[in-house]
Amino acid sequence: MTVTILKPGPLSSVQDAGRPGHGGIGLPAGGACDALALQLGNLLVGNDQGAAGIEISLGGLQLRFDRACSFALTGALADATLDGVPVGCWRRLHAQAGQVLAVGYAVLGARLLLCVAGGIEVPVVMGSRATALQSAIGGWQGRALAAGDVLPLGEARMLPVSEPAIRPPGRGDTLRVLPGPEWPLLERSAQHQLLHAPWRLTPDSNRMGAKLAGPPLTHGLGALPSHAVQPGVVQLPQAGQPILLLADAQVTGGYAKPLVVIQADLWRAAQFRPGESLHFAEVSAKDALAALQAQRDWLARLRRVLKLPQR
Amino acid sequence: MTDEELHPGIQLLGEAALVFSVAPGLQAQQRLWAACRWLQQRHADVEWVLGMGNLTARFDPLVIKATRLERALETAWAASADAVPAPGKQVEIPVRYTGADLAHVAEHAGLTVAEVIALHTSPDYTVFCLGFLPGFAYLGGLDERIACPRRAEPRLKVPAGAIGIAGSQTGIYPLASPGGWQLIGRTSLSLFDAAAATPALLAPGDTVRFVEVTR
Repeated sequence: MTVTILKPGPLSSVQDAGRPGHGGIGLPAGGACDALALQLGNLLVGNDQGAAGIEISLGGLQLRFDRACSFALTGALADATLDGVPVGCWRRLHAQAGQVLAVGYAVLGARLLLCVAGGIEVPVVMGSRATALQSAIGGWQGRALAAGDVLPLGEARMLPVSEPAIRPPGRGDTLRVLPGPEWPLLERSAQHQLLHAPWRLTPDSNRMGAKLAGPPLTHGLGALPSHAVQPGVVQLPQAGQPILLLADAQVTGGYAKPLVVIQADLWRAAQFRPGESLHFAEVSAKDALAALQAQRDWLARLRRVLKLPQR
Repeated sequence: MTDEELHPGIQLLGEAALVFSVAPGLQAQQRLWAACRWLQQRHADVEWVLGMGNLTARFDPLVIKATRLERALETAWAASADAVPAPGKQVEIPVRYTGADLAHVAEHAGLTVAEVIALHTSPDYTVFCLGFLPGFAYLGGLDERIACPRRAEPRLKVPAGAIGIAGSQTGIYPLASPGGWQLIGRTSLSLFDAAAATPALLAPGDTVRFVEVTR
């Protein structure tokens, strides 16, 4: 059971839920930037929620299913075709052996997740199948996918021929944030600007982080002793243009951290394209926990509704 | 959100991480190593990440309350005052001192290249913590006479094994990476190997000595 990559698009890589637990040696957890889309895609195709799929940045991937199998595209929305016939995102789809899936350019969001029944079964490295691009480990040969790559699939659960769908969560243009450790040290004008200016993603954004551009933000916060950071942390370098850390962010940093995106919105943070603008909105810690609980409850409800057969 | 209820040295980093900070220094760092070990044994469902003078807990906020970890950090810190430091490994790093910025570092220091090498190879450096890149060690102990600011323009690609100086820090790039450090040499030793039982060569508390080799 394999799939063959015909065109990788700008950046496609094998990703799963990541390899947490190695921060102490400087290895980021990594994994799908939009971990929620990965979980939902896996749910649609009957996989365990941490099974590996293909993260497709901005679209453009084409692949051939070498055997009949079920699959789902979640995350960003894009026009996609199966042997030239349009297919929808966020639903279980079924391919025959030899059929070609072509994913167009993302029309809403930045990263699609392709989950295939059985999961992409590349070797597990340090507890995960995720591609860590910087350290060149995991995934397919530790690198982004290229035309001609033949990826092994795991054993799929028997699935009904139905095509259940999930209504995609709306990304919006706002990320909910909590004040970070250096928030109180910022002048009021800088605080106001962080929360009220639109922040545009620059082209040098990647899986490590989104570099944001906006009106120059002057502040007096200098470098700090190196400390742990994690996805969702908004760093503020001296030049005043924030960096929103994503899944592959390095484990330690030295910039001020005025804001931290709440856990429930980490998937949203991964779905902005260069050129798009986002806003930060402050919430309370209580709201952050409630949002996370609501998201997990929603996942649990979907799991029940889809009534996946046991292995 | 207020964190008034938190210990002065403890700050929330979002709802799923907590940072405990002390004044950086070797003694404080030795206590943090002990506190980190203590916490790892008792709170295995939390990821503990050391920094320079700080220790971060990453946790699932729907499973563990931040206030519980705050208490655990305080207890661990108090217990660390009496902890006997666990002996670290001693690691010799063979270095060819042929880095592209070696002459610049010497000029900045007002020393000869040979003197820079002599000063770089004489101390026993201490691994304070790991981070930045997998297997990258933050080393304490650089002779201030060869401290040198970062390059104005970072390099797009620094090769794996490159030894550099940035400010009063020296370090080894475990992987090829962009970087702004002044490069003074290179080692053939592997600092990070995902296939190894212990992927990172160095660990907090280890002692590093650079040894000049000519090939």
